[in-house]
Amino acid sequence: MWGVGSSAGRVGKNKGRGMGARKAEIRPRPRASSASGFGLSRWVDQHISWFFILPAVLFLAAVLAFPIIYTIGLSLFRWSGAAATPPAWVGLGNYADVFSGDPGFRNAIFVTTYFTGVSLLIEVTLGVGLAQLLNREFLGKGIARTLLILPVAGTPVALALVWRHMYNPSNGIFTWFAEVLRLPPQRWLADATTVIPSLILFDVWQWTPLIMLITLAGLVSLPADIYEAAQIDGASQWQSFWRITLPLVRPTIVAATMLRFMDSVKTFDQIYVSTQGGPGIASQTLNLYVFDQAFQYLHFGYASALLIVLFFVILAGNVALASVRRGQA
Amino acid sequence: MIRESGGTRRAGISRQILFYCALVLVLVVFIFPFFWMAFNSFKTHEKILEYPPAFVFAPTLDNFKNVLWQSNIVQYTGNSVLIAFGSLAVGMVLGLPAAYGIARYGHRTLALGILVCRMIPGISFLVPWFIVFRALGLLDTYTGLVIAHLVITVPLITWIMIGFFEEVPVELEEAARIDGCSRAGVFLRIALPLVRPGLVSAGILALIFTWNSFLFPLILAGIKTKTLPVLVYSFMTFDYLDLGGVYAASTLVTLPVIVMVLIVQRQFIRGLTLGGVKG
Repeated sequence: MWGVGSSAGRVGKNKGRGMGARKAEIRPRPRASSASGFGLSRWVDQHISWFFILPAVLFLAAVLAFPIIYTIGLSLFRWSGAAATPPAWVGLGNYADVFSGDPGFRNAIFVTTYFTGVSLLIEVTLGVGLAQLLNREFLGKGIARTLLILPVAGTPVALALVWRHMYNPSNGIFTWFAEVLRLPPQRWLADATTVIPSLILFDVWQWTPLIMLITLAGLVSLPADIYEAAQIDGASQWQSFWRITLPLVRPTIVAATMLRFMDSVKTFDQIYVSTQGGPGIASQTLNLYVFDQAFQYLHFGYASALLIVLFFVILAGNVALASVRRGQA
Repeated sequence: MIRESGGTRRAGISRQILFYCALVLVLVVFIFPFFWMAFNSFKTHEKILEYPPAFVFAPTLDNFKNVLWQSNIVQYTGNSVLIAFGSLAVGMVLGLPAAYGIARYGHRTLALGILVCRMIPGISFLVPWFIVFRALGLLDTYTGLVIAHLVITVPLITWIMIGFFEEVPVELEEAARIDGCSRAGVFLRIALPLVRPGLVSAGILALIFTWNSFLFPLILAGIKTKTLPVLVYSFMTFDYLDLGGVYAASTLVTLPVIVMVLIVQRQFIRGLTLGGVKG
């Protein structure tokens, strides 16, 4: 009845004397019996949950909340970051600049939406499809699963360097693939019209496995008897996928999409290493634009305003996705 | 699967073949860039530039030798290891009690607060951090970089470990309490030893994330504390001279990650879905 099992070797020294009998009386009021000491140590013991959790919370508050407040403050100033020249108060001027047609900002919004929207759509569709394909017993399932984790786990900088060269218009292997497949010559990352589709392909390669593995975990937990019932009722495989599988795993899919959305908007390493936002600003996402404004041009105040906007973009996206989850789950 | 007349069985076999073909195709697509990375790291610079790409060539170890002897890779690997393990250790000290506190005593709001860290792009910390770190003299120091990476490891460890602590039977802890063990003692002597498997996966995940991290060290590290991904990135500057070096360095930085993935496997996905900030 204790379910102690083999894993509880350390507890063995308690000798289990009459614990079963006393358990019933201690459960309703565990605090009352917590007197392992008096005074301070007793007080500590009774408020122990705060001692467990506060160090982490205080630390994160210090390194997170402080920067957020600082960023909000700094977004009201114009400052080059130089210690000699103090920040100059501009009020909401930075925000006015952001929204009154800064071409860099408009471009960044467009690039971010394009990149995130299309790659998310492909990744979710492909990921759910592949999960459906792999949701069965087959030889080497464990190996396949491990191999599929690699794109997700691999060092982004290294992967981006490899993809960058695979996309090389004169000697990259993709250029050769295109030639073998008799496709028109592509300039991949080097051309403003193909750079985002090329980055999307990279992103899809890297993250589809994640969506797939999450969805697969959801599919495995579905009860088998519904499908048997559907089969008896004459439902085709296609029908049972659309009418049964999809509605049942929708919460999992939406959760995976939210997760991917958060990371997709944050994508930095891959784009920075493979294109640095180029050619020109053709692949400059909001994230890279902020980076450039802050660390290239040292417009710290303006970058802070952009960060606040970026934060609300992410928040809005998540709220939208969360309402999808609530509405349809 | 249920019916097995002759015709459906033959159809079943051809479907099996079709399935394995599709499976192999999928795996080839997702593994190819890794293969290509390792493959090209054994080619000379000239061989890599060949078009159409060379599939047959005399492999050479020169790229690895050059990377190992002619760059500061050894020093920067040391930096990466130091920062990864430093932020792992502090992350455990902060994250484990927090996870236990959340699993046993609630505090769900705080748990969500910790999760919010996942939503915020790394760049949003960087501007204020950069300014404050500069004022405090923390730029290009191990302390500064460990602090920065704690933003990744603390939420990650906390969120993975909540699940593991919840699986520890409460009865065990109650038994220890009756025997006079303090609540802190219960955590240290009962719960912690029982979640050891979870500790391994959480730890390795934290190491992978810190190891892969690029944006934080790109800004906060300097000549002394530069990490491996930043070094690999700097190889790109002369990739028209030494593509072999680029490929060899990429391979070297990726290898430990592959080893770590082989150790954690499924827990990796669990970790990714529960917490952690990346870049």
